[in-house]
Amino acid sequence: MARVEINTVVNGYAYSGSVQSRWTAAEFIRDELGLTGTKTSCEMEVCGVCSILVDGVPVSACTALASDLDNKSVVTVEGLADGDELSALQQAFLDRFAAQCGFCTSGFLVMATALLESNPHPTSEEITHYLEGNICRCTGYRPIIEAVQLAAERADGE
Amino acid sequence: MNSQSESIGASLPRSDGRSKVTGAARYAVDHVVPDMLHGVAVRSTRAHAAIDGIGTDDALAVPGVVAVLTSEDLADLFPRYGHLVADHPIMAIEKTNYMGEPVALVVAETIHAAHDGADAVVVRYTDLPVLADVASAMEPDAPLIHPTAYPVGDAAFEEAITDEREDNVAHEVSLGWGDVESAFAEAAATVETTAQYPKLYAYAMEPYNALASVTDDGVDVVTTAQHPFMVRDDLARIFGEPLSRVRVRSPLLGGGYGSKSYTKVEPLAAVGAWATGRPVKVALNAEEAIFTTRADSAVITVRSAFDAEGRITARDFDIVMDTGAYTDNGTLVLAKCANRCFGPYNIPNLRVRGRAVFTNTVSSSSYRGFGAPQGNLAGEMNLDQAAEKLGIDPIELRKLNLVAPGGTILPGKRGLDADLASDLDMVSEALEWDTPDSEFTGTGVGVSASDAGAYPVSTAQVRVLFDGSVLVMSGSTEMGQGSRTVLAQIAAQELGVDIARVKVVQSDTGSSPYERTTGASRTTVLVGLAIMRACRDALSKLEEMAAENAGVAAAEVKSAEGMILVPGTGSWPYDQVIREWFGAGSGEVTGVGLVRRAGELELLPPFWEVGAVGVKVSIDPDTGYVNVNHLATVGDVGFAINPALVEGQDLGAATQGLGAALFEELIYDNGQLENPNLVDYRVPKIGDVPDEISTMIAERGDGVGPHGAKGAGEGTLNPIGGAVAAAVARAIGTWPDRLPLTPERVWTLMNPETGKNGTKN
Ligand code: FES
Ligand code: FES
Repeated sequence: MARVEINTVVNGYAYSGSVQSRWTAAEFIRDELGLTGTKTSCEMEVCGVCSILVDGVPVSACTALASDLDNKSVVTVEGLADGDELSALQQAFLDRFAAQCGFCTSGFLVMATALLESNPHPTSEEITHYLEGNICRCTGYRPIIEAVQLAAERADGE
Repeated sequence: MNSQSESIGASLPRSDGRSKVTGAARYAVDHVVPDMLHGVAVRSTRAHAAIDGIGTDDALAVPGVVAVLTSEDLADLFPRYGHLVADHPIMAIEKTNYMGEPVALVVAETIHAAHDGADAVVVRYTDLPVLADVASAMEPDAPLIHPTAYPVGDAAFEEAITDEREDNVAHEVSLGWGDVESAFAEAAATVETTAQYPKLYAYAMEPYNALASVTDDGVDVVTTAQHPFMVRDDLARIFGEPLSRVRVRSPLLGGGYGSKSYTKVEPLAAVGAWATGRPVKVALNAEEAIFTTRADSAVITVRSAFDAEGRITARDFDIVMDTGAYTDNGTLVLAKCANRCFGPYNIPNLRVRGRAVFTNTVSSSSYRGFGAPQGNLAGEMNLDQAAEKLGIDPIELRKLNLVAPGGTILPGKRGLDADLASDLDMVSEALEWDTPDSEFTGTGVGVSASDAGAYPVSTAQVRVLFDGSVLVMSGSTEMGQGSRTVLAQIAAQELGVDIARVKVVQSDTGSSPYERTTGASRTTVLVGLAIMRACRDALSKLEEMAAENAGVAAAEVKSAEGMILVPGTGSWPYDQVIREWFGAGSGEVTGVGLVRRAGELELLPPFWEVGAVGVKVSIDPDTGYVNVNHLATVGDVGFAINPALVEGQDLGAATQGLGAALFEELIYDNGQLENPNLVDYRVPKIGDVPDEISTMIAERGDGVGPHGAKGAGEGTLNPIGGAVAAAVARAIGTWPDRLPLTPERVWTLMNPETGKNGTKN
């Protein structure tokens, strides 16, 4: 099985090693690193549960290859909190009951983190547009939109 | 100190919330064990074909492939499962009955090797006539999909089953009363409606998966099952093991919605482990999961007769469901559809006939609503058409006919424990029903009543530990609905302890007390009652121990607000009572709560899960796209133990209902599934969220559950389809005759010279 060397930083920790050339980023993150917060479901870039940030840009880990992470800095859902301190978005997801089964939650949090990074005051249309690639089957989405708004408001209040 | 105020009636945060936002939450798919292999099913490319041979040599030559199994390798086992009829083969036996059916299992060191191996398996088929739909399956000379009889899955269901078959009818039901023919003959008006409900894929986002080991220690499975105890029963039959030697655990589920009820991929993983002697994980992706289970489609014709004032004098339903390749839970879905189609109305004369028919499509089974959405669509559309014909306001027509609180929906069953007329008023007010709709907009409402909660069998244990904290042991499953939180709230309230000191441990057949199922919105009511009883049992044991400690009569000791009150010696915290009684600074007390069909639960159903919803829609005349301007739902739950969780269930259920009403449909062409992926099978996206949403909760304390609670989770889904259909009909002036109302279908209805799929009114 062909292998490739990669050097990557995941949630602040450096990783150097060889990965199978056909491994997806999701397989590398889940199976090699044991970071199982990143999920997979559709495996064809329509559901968004596998979203990760690669150099700050959202990427579907189900189709990206592990080798694509070489010389990149990766953030997964496990990297969003600061130690025990939840990010504003994570706290808002709790406060607005935006996670039910929670299987979609990592993907939404990662995407919404990228959104607020680039646009700290999104309108609800902008939130909807940005999260169009993420599916949730439990909540009906409204609590998720509200959570993103709440996190943005709280950031304003600081 | 335990003097925290009320634990119930408040939107306490989810106990599993923090783990879910940090990525720490463990689902079945996250479980791995050392030495684990991966299993991938080879799936049939044919809808109906004899299997002439399966070539495994090339697959076995793929590096990493350890074994390739077919049904012939299972000769020492019972090779089928099914809780009603054990007709579902683990892998196809002699012939395949639907496209996508597992015909072999490749077990390999890595998932990639397993997929490569699966691609290399060569299956030789001889095609059989494809019974692609009900019509072809009902042809007089149609071949039988199931020419043989099968054992009954569970003796409790024996009545529901006919295993001598002469045709492809899987099950039949009929019910009714009165003299329907005379009522129609004397009617002032009659209205007939035929409505078609689509085949649906529930798309729980965590696809079915299971990790199994089979050793001298027995069978051990971690899985996505909603009902781990029922899966245990199937596995015990497959391996000829006593129930005690089969352990099934369901950790957090990534969605369920009924679609993870009953056995799915667990036998595949378990036979892989049995054959190789190593743990085997079978984890499907969504595309494979589509080939695992679906909801029944239905064609339902209803005729209703009315007197001159608009009172229903008779209803006559004919239900035909396409139940797919195997029995699974189809029998009960049909039975429930029959009970639920005619609605919570006073109907002096009723006739319901239903048939579920085997076809060469994915086997159908439970999905949220469970026969109700199919039946309700036809029944409620029929009332809306009647309102139009009779010139009566659709809400007034419903209120004229609704069963009053306490009244009878089904003779011999529990009276209606809800006030639907008031619920409907709430919907009407939220939608401003009296304001006329503008061009291309329309408003529709609907009500439903489901005999919910399934059969009342539940057991729970409450363990008070020697530091006074509490473990609640339950066999029910957390799939997102929030049961872990609600059950902790119920126990904290009953015991008067701080909820932060209560932990709920669930769904492990090896250590949890028995729970029949997690479905039919039963958990809050039935498990909640079992836990309340277990708490009381624990308290009475603590009282006896405190009496013994103090040397007083047990009758003198009471408990209140988290303390045991002993006359003369004061109040004792639980931990002190326990430690003193055991005398070793440790110990614990276990309370047991049992729920069965007796006392307040003698009458079935345990509760009626009612729904009252409405939508206002606007149609884009150029594209036919249906925009939901306003969604209004009432959760008539008796008492909301956690209102935010109730609202979450209600909006989630309504959104799934909107999916079926507007977008979702599995499309078959001669037995080939045309849209087996999430690009072509479109579920609601964030952009489809209604512009305005009113989720209302009605609390009238009229449930039999804890503190007057009833279940939630399906009520707001069941009437959505009919409400959307009526709203669209009012917006465009044409009645649809089927869901989903995709843009293309609506556009065609609006441009009838080019179209079909509807009748001009
Ligand atoms: S699993 Fe990657 S987008 Fe769905
Ligand atoms: S919370 Fe279950 S899919 Fe979103």
